[in-house]
Amino acid sequence: MRFMMMVIPKGYETAAADTVPDAKAVARMMEFNRSLQKAGVLLALDGLLPPSTGARVAYTDGKATITDGPFAEAKEVIGGYWVIQVRSREEAIEWARRAPMSNHEIIEVRQIFETVDFPADVQKAAEGFNDLPNAPAAKA
Amino acid sequence: MSDIHRTIEAVWKIESTRLIAGIARVTRDIGIAEELAQDALVAALEQWPEEGIPEKPAAWLMTAAKWRAIDSLRRGRMLERKHEEIGRDLEFQRQRLGEAMDQALDQVIDDDVLRLIFTACHPVLAVEGRVALTLRLACGLTTAEIARAFLVPEKTLGQRIFRAKKTLSEAHVPFETPRGDELRKRVESVLSVVYLIFNEGYTATAGDEWMRAALCDDALRLGRMLVELLREESEVHGLLALMELQASRTAARRGPTGEAVLLSEQDRSLWDHAQIERGMAALHRAQNLGGGAQSYALQAAIAACHARANTIAETDWERIVLLYDALLQVSPSPIVALNRAVAVGMAEGPAAGLHALDALAAEPALTNYHLLPSVRGDLLVKLGRYAEAREELQRALAMTDNVREQDLLSKRLKQAMFID
Repeated sequence: MRFMMMVIPKGYETAAADTVPDAKAVARMMEFNRSLQKAGVLLALDGLLPPSTGARVAYTDGKATITDGPFAEAKEVIGGYWVIQVRSREEAIEWARRAPMSNHEIIEVRQIFETVDFPADVQKAAEGFNDLPNAPAAKA
Repeated sequence: MSDIHRTIEAVWKIESTRLIAGIARVTRDIGIAEELAQDALVAALEQWPEEGIPEKPAAWLMTAAKWRAIDSLRRGRMLERKHEEIGRDLEFQRQRLGEAMDQALDQVIDDDVLRLIFTACHPVLAVEGRVALTLRLACGLTTAEIARAFLVPEKTLGQRIFRAKKTLSEAHVPFETPRGDELRKRVESVLSVVYLIFNEGYTATAGDEWMRAALCDDALRLGRMLVELLREESEVHGLLALMELQASRTAARRGPTGEAVLLSEQDRSLWDHAQIERGMAALHRAQNLGGGAQSYALQAAIAACHARANTIAETDWERIVLLYDALLQVSPSPIVALNRAVAVGMAEGPAAGLHALDALAAEPALTNYHLLPSVRGDLLVKLGRYAEAREELQRALAMTDNVREQDLLSKRLKQAMFID
């Protein structure tokens, strides 16, 4: 089973656009990333730029409204994520517990839906979706 | 199982391989190392529910294993020798063992993990013993889990592991990474064990489906571990590529009632494209290391041709034929030749495919292999020679006991009846 571990760094919701992580924190994080890699559980990982460089597209009654970051109302924002493949929810949580986080930071652990987990009608609705760049649908 | 026990189990899955590897560096015997690690696990199961999970579970387990080691050393000596002889010598031994364990605790090095895997896959063991030991030592599976995955009674599996550990100990198999010429052969043995585990899960048609599917994930995890440990070995990357590319089709390989869906019939939108990309990246690494013409890399390259194609018709069959030609050079087998004939049929038309197949008719290994008449039948249908096709499909039907295969063949036989 696959899990996404999402990092919610303290204060990132108001971080300046040019904020970059400090070298020491990155070095610690790399060590943790290496341990995930060596254990054979790491599938993907990425860090996200501060929300002040992002935008939110909110939908009301079918209308989309765009707000540029930072988002005054946001209390928690995502700073990055890992995707790991493990045998159980507990194992994912144990990996999250080993991450080198700072005071008041949070990692949210969420399982990723597999198509086979969907009921038949949802599977049917998801059929034919193809995210390959050279897929027939994309060619048309 | 309570929450805390599930958590302890998860800690075990994460830490056990490095724990056992670290202890084995001291004991030089993976059987003893595993027993000490198990003792540490038992101690954790006793104490953690009361005291909570320690801040550094790996260090806690290693310390517990250390005390067990010192304990068993004392007990062993007590049995072997008279009391008065023990004295200072024992104290010295205990101290030395303690120091060695402390050192192992400080840094389990990657080489220890590699030695552990090489030892578990040692050629002195029967293949089933290698598989069981690897799953137990390198993947942290319990005996019960391995037994369920392989559909054998737990007791049988337990004996298998016991025998394997005994064999290693009796043969004085050193706890080391092989060097020179030996390395290549031993890597091959490790890779074949990993691929066997993968296929056990991938070709599952019966039993505890979830458990067996999880074997694919375990094999992939092992593959990813190995590419970190043996970065320069191209075939390690080749095998990982092959497994990622094959596993990427998992969701498309079963129909709604669990029936097998052939590659030609699969809904390719269900393929896992992120996994395909990982497979492609691993294949490139194998090729960049100069291993493009080796067995796993070639098989991965064939799988990559399918992964790149939107349909069966758009598949680069000419390239697949060439890859099969190369594969026949490095690992000749009648099954590979049969697959090549199928590819020839797609690349150059059914007549050419039939011609390639005729060369295999006398192959003794294929005499009772249902896919030979089955492939023949398909090619004959395409050539419009329906009477002969029916004969071949009927022969194929009589050769297989697999119900799902039979269903598939009956369906094609019916189609061959209607078009005639």
